Amino acid sequence: MGYDPKNPMKDRITDIGPRSYEEFMPPVIKKNFGKWLYHEILEPGVLMHKAESGDEVYTVRVGAARLMSIELIRDALKIADKHCDGCLRWTTRNNIEFMVDNKSKLEPLKADLKANPMFPIGGTGAGVTNIVHTQGWVHCHTPAIDASGIVKSVMDDLFKHFQSMDLPAQVRIALACCLNMCGAVHCSDIAILGFHRKPPFVQHEVISQICELPLAIAACPTGAIKPATVDGKKSVSVNGERCMFCGNCYTMCPAMPLMDAEGDCVVIMMGGKISNRISAPKFSKVVIPALPSNPPRWPEVVAAVRNILETYAKNANKYERIGEWAERIGWERVFEKCNIPFNVKTIDDYTLAYNTLRTTTQFKFS
Amino acid sequence: MAKFKTPLIDELEKGPWPSFVSDIKRQAKTKPELEDLLGQLELSYKDKETHWKHGGIVGVFGYGGGVIGRYSDMPKEFPGIAHFHTVRVNQTGGFYYNTKYLGQLMDMWERRGSGLTNFHGSTGDMVLLGTQTDQLEEIFWELTHDMNTDLGGSGGNLRTPSCCLGMSRCEYACIDSQAICQEMTMAYQDELHRPAFPYKFKIKVSGCPNDCVAAIARSDCAIIGTWKDNIRIDQSTVAAYVNGELKPNAGAHAGRDWGKFDIVKEVINLCPTKCMSWDGKELKINNKECTRCMHCINVMPRALRPGVDKGATLLCGAKAPILEGQRLATVIVPFIKTEGTFEEIKEVINKLLDWWMEHGKNRERIGELIGRMGMREMLKATGLPPVPQMVKEPRSNPYIFWEESDVPGGWTRDLAAFRKKHPL
Ligand code: HEM
Ligand code: HEM
Ligand code: HEM
Ligand code: HEM
Ligand code: SF4
Ligand code: SF4
Ligand code: SF4
Ligand code: SF4
Repeated sequence: MGYDPKNPMKDRITDIGPRSYEEFMPPVIKKNFGKWLYHEILEPGVLMHKAESGDEVYTVRVGAARLMSIELIRDALKIADKHCDGCLRWTTRNNIEFMVDNKSKLEPLKADLKANPMFPIGGTGAGVTNIVHTQGWVHCHTPAIDASGIVKSVMDDLFKHFQSMDLPAQVRIALACCLNMCGAVHCSDIAILGFHRKPPFVQHEVISQICELPLAIAACPTGAIKPATVDGKKSVSVNGERCMFCGNCYTMCPAMPLMDAEGDCVVIMMGGKISNRISAPKFSKVVIPALPSNPPRWPEVVAAVRNILETYAKNANKYERIGEWAERIGWERVFEKCNIPFNVKTIDDYTLAYNTLRTTTQFKFS
Repeated sequence: MAKFKTPLIDELEKGPWPSFVSDIKRQAKTKPELEDLLGQLELSYKDKETHWKHGGIVGVFGYGGGVIGRYSDMPKEFPGIAHFHTVRVNQTGGFYYNTKYLGQLMDMWERRGSGLTNFHGSTGDMVLLGTQTDQLEEIFWELTHDMNTDLGGSGGNLRTPSCCLGMSRCEYACIDSQAICQEMTMAYQDELHRPAFPYKFKIKVSGCPNDCVAAIARSDCAIIGTWKDNIRIDQSTVAAYVNGELKPNAGAHAGRDWGKFDIVKEVINLCPTKCMSWDGKELKINNKECTRCMHCINVMPRALRPGVDKGATLLCGAKAPILEGQRLATVIVPFIKTEGTFEEIKEVINKLLDWWMEHGKNRERIGELIGRMGMREMLKATGLPPVPQMVKEPRSNPYIFWEESDVPGGWTRDLAAFRKKHPL
């Protein structure tokens, strides 16, 4: 039994897809599926959902680093076995949720969670919830910055807001470690983005042996790479002025690295949102084009995120997301209130630039 | 004793947020390759540069995705992670699990992998980080035979569709997001496992316009629940909110004193369409003008509920900025029924895929293809009727690409007759 390398096609099963969620829903969830009446946030991190049948389900949400060991997941499973009939779920933002079907089971569950600092309760309502992020130095070949370490540093700093609901509205933070933005940071209240700033250098002596040159040339979205002959060897040249630092060439060809401790930096964006609530979904906007990337605690990034968050918290109206606040007061005011210097690099000059320029004489003086 | 000194990343063991460093250190006691991972990470913290290489193609036989090759660029120093591939395993709709299944998966990953995971990757899959090439077929065998599950997608193919938890625990859900997600995943198994597309394609399903899976920002095809008829109002419960008996927004703002709830200020005046009124006794909504933004329902979930004529809005073409600029998904079908096996939705998706596969250039997302060829071509190919819900406003230039068939008499003209009227 088991996989037989000599006979790989024997008893092979393919295309069966995922297990169905129906197998895994707690009984109270299954019973009241589609028949929920309303919910309440009883305290930060604790939700109660009421069903038409009168049933209630109590949910405790805990934060978690997305990067988790099997031991830690087993710790979560033990708690689910003890309190939740062996069921649990994750949220889209990497939090874990434990559900019980009776209020009497809530306090014992909370007590066990509180005993483990790896499971902080929170992340609901008008506060900061878990940061969605990408791999960084832990597991990717193109990052300009780490992911998990910055997330940890920022969440340590904003932890109070994870466990209290004291902001005008929820604040969604996202991090992507290169401009590929695996994490879709382009619509977050606050986005932290890693960026390379030096064009790739070319290892002429080996490139033609380890790379398909036409593929590397074709990979460049801006046409910055041209065939060249260097010291009699076939190679390529890179026009640095056209390079947008995307790393596509390096993905194709390891002889064109562009990561660089000095050049790699952090971009801070703000004002994006997803929900259709009140105003339409919006993109995040660049407000700080480059901060230094300083491991292990990235103090400049932590301070910048905190500054935006606190300025917003002090000034915005109830229900107003960061982007809605910015649009109400005007972006010129945002720079002033957050004390962020306006920089020519925050004026768009990429593909859809014109959409962002001001076409009216209505504006505010700084 | 730890294999390497790691003073830099040790700093990340401090502070209240769960520390991935402490977590990995504990796991390293039984999975020594993680000592090497910590050592390499420490080096990255010192160098401020990654030490991973973009790997060659690895995978399981017959599948074009689901496994990501990853190699250390310092295999001599860190032999335990010389090969450290990623395996993407399908998540469940709404990320529900039981301890038996996850326990089994953890045990497998202890035997065949590093013991490190991402719960979950940004696409939705469970991500198992760190194994070697010779384990891949064994892992696939155990996933399919013992755990009845499958690999997710990567590369130029469909990604594992994902959804919000929907009707399972959310009173706002207008569609069964989990059932739709499961059905789409099963219907497109071939597209998910055998890359045949110009680039990636993502389907995401949110139960209502709050859009908790960010479908509108992240998916080539977003399916978002909505309703057509009237918001259901329970006037006495509205009064309970107004009197302060119930906390607005389900208590989401409890951490600060925002003063007494003011329905006019907090609901009526914030309604984007100004279609609501409150005379001190009765809440009225001019439902025909409501754009279903969810605000009033979010603020008073016990008094207001979405209508009962429910379905989905389909939107198409979201993507991150690279290459042609960022796009949010745009409306292509304002309202579609979501019943049975969701054939109506699949029909639209199939037509979109056909058009994209025929015309999409390598690495061109469908949103960019719409940008390049225009909605006009997309609508012609899919047969979807043009409706004003597709646009914020009509075009402001008259540079219309008329086709010959649009113009009376076509484009061929009689030169002689023309010159008779207009001598040269
Ligand atoms: C040339 C462009 C890109 C390259 C070279 C690239 C490369 C990668 C690599 C190597 C990974 C695997 C990381 C790992 O697990 O080790 C990854 C993951 C991923 N990528 Fe990208 N990517 C690119 C563009 C994008 C774009 C534009 C998006 C989305 C709009 C995207 C979405 C994702 C997602 C969702 C993941 C899973 C990430 C996670 O959960 O950590 N990628 N990408
Ligand atoms: C023009 C050339 C290439 C481009 C633009 C490119 C782009 C990408 C992108 C965007 C991803 C992320 C996909 C995702 O989100 O899942 C990715 C991942 C990956 N690429 Fe490439 N790639 C190229 C060439 C190659 C080559 C030549 C190889 C191998 C020899 C390779 C191997 C991989 C692997 C193994 C992944 C895994 C990440 C994943 O699929 O999740 N790629 N690449
Ligand atoms: C053959 C074509 C056109 C004709 C006959 C035409 C005629 C006119 C006339 C008579 C005015 C009013 C001038 C005034 O206020 O005294 C005007 C204004 C204007 N036209 Fe045109 N126009 C044409 C094409 C265009 C095009 C193609 C554009 C831009 C793409 C344009 C942009 C404007 C603008 C911006 C104004 C000022 C309007 C305002 O005050 O809001 N026109 N045009
Ligand atoms: C080869 C190209 C063109 C030629 C030969 C041409 C020629 C003319 C001439 C002879 C006039 C009349 C001027 C007068 O007698 O007062 C005129 C007016 C005008 N043209 Fe053009 N034109 C050209 C292209 C355009 C384009 C591309 C636009 C707009 C985008 C444009 C917009 C206008 C406008 C707005 C007027 C003024 C209308 C008015 O008097 O109110 N023209 N053009
Ligand atoms: S955002 Fe960039 S660096 Fe980060 S995981 Fe994705 S491709 Fe890798
Ligand atoms: S980093 Fe991107 S833009 Fe720059 S040369 Fe490479 S492929 Fe071209
Ligand atoms: S998208 Fe809507 S239905 Fe789905 S979980 Fe969020 S609020 Fe509920
Ligand atoms: S859902 Fe939005 S648009 Fe509709 S009545 Fe409520 S606040 Fe107004």
